[in-house]
Amino acid sequence: MDYFLSEEQEMIVEIAQQITDERIIPQRAELDEKDEFPREILNSMAQADLFGVPIPEEYGGFGGGCLDIVLALEQLGRGCIGVATAFAASALGIYPIIISGSNELKEKYLPSVASGEKFAAFGLTEANAGSDASGIQTTAVLDGDEWVLNGTKQWITNGGEAQIYTIVAITDRKRGARGASMFVVEEGDAGFSCGPKEKKMGIRASSTTELIFKDCRIPKDRIIGRLGTGFITVMKTLDSSRPGIAALGLGIGQACVDEATVYAKQRVQFGKPIISFQAVQHMLADMAIQLEASRALVYAAAKHIDAHPKDMSKVSSMCKVMATDMAMKVSTDAVQVMGGYGYMREYPVEKMMRDAKILQIYEGTNQVQRNVIGQELNKEYSRK
Amino acid sequence: MKIIVCIKQVPDAKDVRLDPETNTLAREGVQSIMNPYDQHALEEAVRLKEQLGGEVTVLSMGPPQAVDVLRQAISCGADHGVLVSDRAFAGADTWATSYTLAKAVHKIGDFDLILCGKQAIDGDTAQVGPGLAIQLDIPFVTCVQKVREASGTELVMERMMDDGYDVVAVSCPALLTVVKDLNEPRVPSLKGKMKAKKAEFKILSAEDIGADSSCIGLPGSPTQVVDVFPPPPRGERAILTGSIEEQIEQLVEKLAVYL
Repeated sequence: MDYFLSEEQEMIVEIAQQITDERIIPQRAELDEKDEFPREILNSMAQADLFGVPIPEEYGGFGGGCLDIVLALEQLGRGCIGVATAFAASALGIYPIIISGSNELKEKYLPSVASGEKFAAFGLTEANAGSDASGIQTTAVLDGDEWVLNGTKQWITNGGEAQIYTIVAITDRKRGARGASMFVVEEGDAGFSCGPKEKKMGIRASSTTELIFKDCRIPKDRIIGRLGTGFITVMKTLDSSRPGIAALGLGIGQACVDEATVYAKQRVQFGKPIISFQAVQHMLADMAIQLEASRALVYAAAKHIDAHPKDMSKVSSMCKVMATDMAMKVSTDAVQVMGGYGYMREYPVEKMMRDAKILQIYEGTNQVQRNVIGQELNKEYSRK
Repeated sequence: MKIIVCIKQVPDAKDVRLDPETNTLAREGVQSIMNPYDQHALEEAVRLKEQLGGEVTVLSMGPPQAVDVLRQAISCGADHGVLVSDRAFAGADTWATSYTLAKAVHKIGDFDLILCGKQAIDGDTAQVGPGLAIQLDIPFVTCVQKVREASGTELVMERMMDDGYDVVAVSCPALLTVVKDLNEPRVPSLKGKMKAKKAEFKILSAEDIGADSSCIGLPGSPTQVVDVFPPPPRGERAILTGSIEEQIEQLVEKLAVYL
């Protein structure tokens, strides 16, 4: 379907497509097998200016909106969402500074992320704080001209690979949701270290580690936004980034439809290609319907979000749920269409099915997204 | 450093067919691409510019639609593009092409280095690069696989040989032809694509470059193509397997037929 993209958007798609076809697809199986971080591929994305897409123009980026980053991530996700997650997590890590950071922080950090010279990471989750962010234990205490951070973040994407970390810490536990603040921690700050790389089911090209803060001292001006606005920044960050995760679902969905259809045309059973059997045709048709419906919602949601509406959270959650549930279903069906071959590592859909699962979990589980949508509906209809 | 890169638009090799009647390449409906070797020449030029400063001009001879490869070159880091295009150039062999490009280089002006792909994948002659250097009376090095050191005035590089490589130093101005081992060409950048969209190209005719009409196109080409034919199919071949002794036995058996 033609979504009438702008000329600049077509350019973003072409570049991401070329990187996916020439660099990601030939390497994805090996990166997955070896749990290897795709530094070279990320460097080629940097050279192609993709890291600059979400960064404002005055800080060396392209000032792209939600749809622009969605288009890039959809293409990259078609190749490997492990690689695409490493890329997306850098954008996620820098959003808090774009959304709430002082001009000084923006000047200091945005240009090097826009050029891809430095990667960023976002640190919210902890052992006892996932869906329930109020369980955060990490603290930041002001001591003279420095903040002192203590605590451990868990499952942080780009941990150990990023140079810039945006971290949520409690600054005043008594104030509840208004007692959290966000800070920038740099690789090499005294008292800050990363744990070993976690072993994961999928997205194995991406790095996931703990972030450990032991009396980590950082300058006072590394706070992002005003004191106590940490949760507001987190919510705004995730509202902006979720359509990107939905886009990864579109990428997997497209790759699965492509793989399964090509296979069904070639595979002969009972003397005919299996695509001639209605049972297989209907599976492929359902995969294609769900994919296109998800794409239409994700693109529309991204355009809507680019207008900074009030119901951003609801729309952002809706597109994330729809596209990522689709990715899980469609990748499972692609394995089914391909049968025994689909289950083998020699064919790519096995990895796609393993990878797809994380999309329903990270950046807010799909159950939490449904909570958000339900609560927003409740609010809307109370006003009527 | 002022660098000129010669690039050619060629039919995509993934898509090549021969016209069975004329034995020439069927070009209709075939996608055109930048000659793959030239992409490596362009990449090296852009790297040298990034390292030493200066500018990269891409030069192509071809029909008007060859501006597509100039545009692609801009998106990959070239600064300017020049197309020499004239009906009078049609049918040029490698000599006439070298002459025409040399005239165009004179028109462009000063340069320190010219980079060319080793050969184009359509004609496969590997003659235009060296021919251009001779026309310009500058030194040339073919089949460069690595540039070891570069300054504005001298380059040290590796020239690929059948059994290893030579290390060669050359003073500028010079011409190099390059092989694919040299580098990995970059993906076009977003900034590059935006620049390419707006880029305007100089299109030079035979008159603009002051070409002698007896030296260009078919009339200026000493090469005469007498016949074009596909190579005869290879005879039947067999691969012998088993231990050395078994293989020798099989071989003797097969040869015995001819005794």
